[in-house]
Amino acid sequence: MSVSDLSALNAQRATPGARVREVHDSFHGDLLEVSMGPHHPSTHGVFRMIVTLDGETIVKLKPVFGYLHRNHEKLGETVTYLGSMPYTDRLDYLSSMTNNWAYALAVEKLAGQAVPERAEYVRVILAELTRLLNHTCLAGFLMQDCGCSGTPLMYAFREREYILDLFESLSGSRMMCNYQRFGGCRVDPSADWLAGAQKLTDRYGTFLDEFETLLTGNEIIMARTQGVGKLSPELAISAGVTGPMLRATGVNYDLRKVDAYGVYPRFDFRVPLGDHGDVYDRYMIRVLEMRESIKILQQALAGLPAGPIMDPKAKLRSFRPKAGEAYGRIEGPKGEIGFYLLSDGSPNPYRYRIRPPSFINLTVLEDMCLGHTVADAVIILGSVDIVLGEVDR
Amino acid sequence: MTLSGPLTFLLQLPLASAAGAADAFLERLPLVARDWVTSWLPEPWRWLVNSLLSIAVILSVFGLLFAYVTLAERKILGRIQNRPGPNRTPIPFTKLRFFGLAQPFADGVKSLTKEDVVPRGADHLLHFLAPVVLLAFSILTFAVIPYGRHLVPVELNAGVLYFFAAGAATELAVFMAGWASRNKYSLLAAMRALAQLISYELPLLLAWVPVVLVAGSLSTTEIVAAQAGWQFNVIPHWHVFTPWGAAGFAIFMIAALAESNRSPFDLPEAESELIAGHLTEYSGFKYALFFMAEYFGMIALSGMAITLFLGGWHAPSPYVEFIPSYVWFMGKLSALLLGFIWIRATFPRLRMDQLTRFAWKFLVPLALINLGNAAFWSLSFHWSGPFQILRWLISVLVVVGPFVLLGRKLSAGVAPRVYRYAV
Repeated sequence: MSVSDLSALNAQRATPGARVREVHDSFHGDLLEVSMGPHHPSTHGVFRMIVTLDGETIVKLKPVFGYLHRNHEKLGETVTYLGSMPYTDRLDYLSSMTNNWAYALAVEKLAGQAVPERAEYVRVILAELTRLLNHTCLAGFLMQDCGCSGTPLMYAFREREYILDLFESLSGSRMMCNYQRFGGCRVDPSADWLAGAQKLTDRYGTFLDEFETLLTGNEIIMARTQGVGKLSPELAISAGVTGPMLRATGVNYDLRKVDAYGVYPRFDFRVPLGDHGDVYDRYMIRVLEMRESIKILQQALAGLPAGPIMDPKAKLRSFRPKAGEAYGRIEGPKGEIGFYLLSDGSPNPYRYRIRPPSFINLTVLEDMCLGHTVADAVIILGSVDIVLGEVDR
Repeated sequence: MTLSGPLTFLLQLPLASAAGAADAFLERLPLVARDWVTSWLPEPWRWLVNSLLSIAVILSVFGLLFAYVTLAERKILGRIQNRPGPNRTPIPFTKLRFFGLAQPFADGVKSLTKEDVVPRGADHLLHFLAPVVLLAFSILTFAVIPYGRHLVPVELNAGVLYFFAAGAATELAVFMAGWASRNKYSLLAAMRALAQLISYELPLLLAWVPVVLVAGSLSTTEIVAAQAGWQFNVIPHWHVFTPWGAAGFAIFMIAALAESNRSPFDLPEAESELIAGHLTEYSGFKYALFFMAEYFGMIALSGMAITLFLGGWHAPSPYVEFIPSYVWFMGKLSALLLGFIWIRATFPRLRMDQLTRFAWKFLVPLALINLGNAAFWSLSFHWSGPFQILRWLISVLVVVGPFVLLGRKLSAGVAPRVYRYAV
């Protein structure tokens, strides 16, 4: 890399606090190119970053992905509408319930299919449980990246297993739930299951208190995460960043409020916003969102109406929507997860396209990492919250 | 040579000796056992066998301690993280598990039978030497620690100096390992290890200089002897119970964490950043040697902390002095090791610049101030009555004031935040 390249890079990517050395001669030493991944312990799967280092400072970062590419979108065109539902589980395998919901929503829009009220409530309950699950795991992973020897991760995974137990008893599978259908849900939750969900909701706040006692006020964690990986609201908006990462920069954009899909307008909850857009804000926004999710869960479980879980008129196997297009999106735990469907009247979609939140949030990785060290890059990547199943599709 | 000579120790059996704790049978047991062994030999060989016996005992006792500290660490980490830890390893050919007590030996067998991989392009000689050098230097440090009243392997009059000279050489072996592996992660780890060595060697040394100043000797035996006795038969005269001693102990333990590459200062082998740091290209028994050296370093630094600040082998109260001194030493050692493990389970890792800033802008100034504090303490030893209280007050203020000021400056800009909500 030549001198002119570096100064151009500085001019182009000057984010506050990020300093990239411009002098490059034999006295100041060479730059070191390290390929982090695809089998690095903290790249959350088979992600790869080609980082150019000056000492330990990152002067260039090139993300490489596609190691987990499964031809997901093309596959969607070769199977029926219902046949795609299990595949959506595999996108973001931590939050299959919300993936299912987003896909079901797109198909329902395409076919003009109505959803019974009980199913809408169950969907909200499952989506918020998924949010708890995803954010808890992420906090655990992030702390593991910070160098905690597994303690927060183990506590996070204990709670995750309780939620996965609920998912398993409802849908038959811990992670690959395949639960939502066009026009409702597959199984009606029993009274026992609802009691279990209520119990979990009631004690989840206690777990969060315990978790935060250990971590949130920790001096080392604050020193490691505050001011690291800053993202400006302008860049976040122009890059299409969504979810907790966008709200950590202070932009008030939550699809549950903006789109008001499902029965979300009936619930009372707030949207936490950050002011700095750094790693600490991203962590804290997720913790605060979990507390709001608990509130939504309490209201949804209390107000769950009786009735059918599926629209009796809904067709699943012989489903042939009219020609047309639809885009269904919801606020997934990682951001806006959307499905775009183009129908030509056949049993298969003509075009099947996904808007994956982790992939789009990942595009600003270099801007956040420049000028920071290798250790910071790891926690910045951790705070983006990616799942490679969704990034690579 | 007659049988009566070697067996005379049986005549000393009475446990409670009228001549005081120093001559109690249990206290003298290791010496008696050693003399019994060497009494079989002709006189000119005895000194040699005596030394060899000391070495053998140190290696076997601390080798076994290392094995069980690794097991204890995994067990305690497991309990802290609400999982059981290793508990499946049975005694060979039986079904007896005993809470996985055979685990360290299973680990040893596993690492011995694993393939020893040396990367192509690595410096073969340095790659081989690094774990050996590391282990050799960490074993050397065991020579001068007084493990009990009569148990000092080598009585050096500059024992403390020797200890830290040998201890500092271990970081060079880490650098050797990182450099010889021809791996970029290892190289980054090597650079981190050197920066850490330079940063933390200074507070480590400055933390024990006050002890030498007050005790007036560099010999570990005399430093322990200076901490004998009790105030009102309750508070021992250990250095940790003085303001400068408490501050010195805290600085020493923090620097010891960094010197032994333990969390939260485990940057050279930062698992989430550098995969395994300087250990990335090591496998099999070489990897086990690194592990062993890390734990030996931890044990030796804890032993030195006990010698310098926690009264060495002295009992905490005259009423429990009948328990032999080496038991007290081992008890204190276990407590410090538990502290190491607990810290590892609790804290996240620091970043490199924060690590060095913490050393240079916080620990080093504080240690220097503490040195002045200890000088004041030893000059004012004759103050009595109300002056005694004044002495304590001044000494505490001299430590706490800079601690608060430096700490505030160090963590400037880092604070919990309040979040707003969109309506």
